[in-house]
Amino acid sequence: MTGGAIRMAYDGVVACAPVTVPYRRFSINTAHWWIARALDGLRRAAGLEPSQIDGLVLSSFTLGPDTAVGVTQHLGLSPRWLDHVPMGGASGVVGLRRAARAVQCGDARFVACVAGDTNHVDSFRKTLSTFSRFAQDAVYPYGAGGANASFALITKNYMNKYGARREDFGKICIAQRQNALAVPFAMMKKPLTLDDYMTARPICDPLHLFDCVMPCAGAEAFLVCRDDDAKALAIPAVRLLATIERHNAFADDPVQERGGWAMDAGELWRMAGVTPDRIDIVETYDDYPVVVMMQFEDLGFCKKGEGPDFVRSHSFTTDGDFPHNTCGGQLSMGQAGAAGGYLGLTEAMRQLTGRPIGRPAAKAELALVSGFGMINYDRGLSSGAAILARAS
Amino acid sequence: MTEPLARPKRKNPLRRTRQPLLPQSVRSRTAHGLTAAAAQGRFELQRCVDCAAVFYPPRDACPRCLSPRVPFVPVDDRGTLAVETTIHASTDPYFRERMPWRVGLVRLDCGPVVLAHLHGDAREGDRVRLDLKLDKGGAPVLVALPAKDTPHMTDDRQLREMTCDPKFRRVLITDGRNSVGQAMAKAFSDAGAAIVFVGVADAWKPFAGQEMLRKLAGVEIVPLDLTDTESVTELAEQNGARTDIIVNTAEHVRPGGILQRHGLTVAREEMDVRYFGLMRLAQAFGPAMRSRGADGVNSATAFVNLLSVYALMNWPAYGAYSATEAACLSAAQCLRAELRPGGVKVLNVFFGPLDTEWFQTVPPPKVAPEALARAVVQALQRGLEDVFVGDIAEEVRARLSVNPKALERELAG
Repeated sequence: MTGGAIRMAYDGVVACAPVTVPYRRFSINTAHWWIARALDGLRRAAGLEPSQIDGLVLSSFTLGPDTAVGVTQHLGLSPRWLDHVPMGGASGVVGLRRAARAVQCGDARFVACVAGDTNHVDSFRKTLSTFSRFAQDAVYPYGAGGANASFALITKNYMNKYGARREDFGKICIAQRQNALAVPFAMMKKPLTLDDYMTARPICDPLHLFDCVMPCAGAEAFLVCRDDDAKALAIPAVRLLATIERHNAFADDPVQERGGWAMDAGELWRMAGVTPDRIDIVETYDDYPVVVMMQFEDLGFCKKGEGPDFVRSHSFTTDGDFPHNTCGGQLSMGQAGAAGGYLGLTEAMRQLTGRPIGRPAAKAELALVSGFGMINYDRGLSSGAAILARAS
Repeated sequence: MTEPLARPKRKNPLRRTRQPLLPQSVRSRTAHGLTAAAAQGRFELQRCVDCAAVFYPPRDACPRCLSPRVPFVPVDDRGTLAVETTIHASTDPYFRERMPWRVGLVRLDCGPVVLAHLHGDAREGDRVRLDLKLDKGGAPVLVALPAKDTPHMTDDRQLREMTCDPKFRRVLITDGRNSVGQAMAKAFSDAGAAIVFVGVADAWKPFAGQEMLRKLAGVEIVPLDLTDTESVTELAEQNGARTDIIVNTAEHVRPGGILQRHGLTVAREEMDVRYFGLMRLAQAFGPAMRSRGADGVNSATAFVNLLSVYALMNWPAYGAYSATEAACLSAAQCLRAELRPGGVKVLNVFFGPLDTEWFQTVPPPKVAPEALARAVVQALQRGLEDVFVGDIAEEVRARLSVNPKALERELAG
């Protein structure tokens, strides 16, 4: 698809020590606090001293005015490799790719990948109104519906064009809720029925309450290092078979109906050396169910426009034929800012290493994780995906 | 079909007046290119000088060829409403109390896809035309209107948030003795204003046009002398809480520059009627208007200044007059900033010589008072901030943007 040179495999690099700091609807703590909790959880899980962490990649929306640089001093780290990835829901996959190359090339040995955000009572409104220059100039003044309004338009367009129905989106949400019921700290604790879903209050037509993630505070982290280092530390790890990343793809589509995955999926599968039917667990980015449907299509699980049929003919619970967002995803766990872009990765790592926070999937050898983020104007700009494998 | 607006009932004096809120009005510096166009009612987007790409939102370089030459220019306003949504929930206080609110993506024939507010008669799949308006906070926004005018379309709830339509509003014309004030009263009466208060100083002195004025529907003559602080304050005490639009028609036109005049008597009079008159009016009525910017169908909405276009560049034949008008323009800019928090617009209407006795010796083209009045009503219906009426005013505007020095030199004669 993209042509050019053949990419180097991620030989010898692993990801391990997934950490999820239990989310809270609102927090009086700062983003720094949440990031510190995740980092502390990470070094305890890995059995490392903070001084041994020589690489850090960080993502957060609510860290301002600081960036990753300020966080090093705030938390007493002295990394020799540092990256700040302000890519929202794509941050996890992108952070993983950056960290993997740094380790592979020897620029750093132990890279902590961390995302964390707080959610003060009014921070969501503030994040929306100043999200981007285009949002400030051309989106927020139009009803201030936030991402809900942007995705309402994307969802409506997708329904018009491809015949998806609200019930199809409902099926995705309901399965995720069922998966989340096994997670003690999920934001959403009650089972969701199709009737609940269909009759929930409208937010932005055609989106209703349960199509929308609930903003919350939380943090996620994992470690990227060499496989022999993970073995020496005796922590279970996953291998990285392939990754992709893309920004501002298909800029000429009048309304977004595909993400950057559609541009790069071929390369993802080629690099991984597997086909979609081999994948045991899929963790998509699920800020809205229409994006999930697009990922099924754009990542090659079905063709463009077949998303609705694909949803109708599969089951997405951990015990289903297509285990998907196995801990409930953001739709049931809550959206902890940039940490939402990490949730799929930490969950996939836990499933592949046999330590899920919820129910385990029947088989967990190979997982696909995708990320999506940054509604800069009318569409999500950043997409990414990774294929992970249980270390043999 | 737009539901026609119902005439608002008399306000319950015990009810709290809803405080005005504004949509977010912060814009990038580049996006103020839209503000400039919207203020004058032009539909403009950026078009690349080098590759002709039209794009939106505002950018600092062309997204097709990276050229920095990306001016705002008039472009085709037609397009198709690709997809719409009705927003039922918002975190923003202004929109929260105006839910539900419709927006949609419009695919413009000239290229870009834009997010726009939707007129009630613009539906998904329809052909639409886009308009650039100033919203309640004075910031530029795109509105998709039905391709062809529909009945009562100016009554649309969302559209009316962005206009200052006189329909069902109460208007104060400050001076009904002159022909401009009288033309203005007729134009507002015709435009469906609920009441047109017309100020007349020394009402016992008869004046031409008095009878016509009294016969106009909705007109009520009130005592008002802008040179008398007490008179202005008294009227504001009586009518301030039910004045939605003010049109300051007080004029003081005398030919001559600085050297022809001996002493300051005339200059003082000019300043008293025009500049201090504006300040008296603003101080007496402004605070109440600013607090009533969200007071229902007949909320306070606009303060209109009639300004000679020579406020922008002195015309020495009427040099002292031009200087007074320049002072008024500067005060109007200040007032605009001060009334904005209430969602009240300041409309500046620039005109060349009027077809009135004080410009008797000036050759045509001249602006008829009726034409000026029509232009004011139309500008309010469209929600504009700056309009230029007549050929001379248009010419001055155009020349100011090309070579102001040449204009200065040639106005000197």
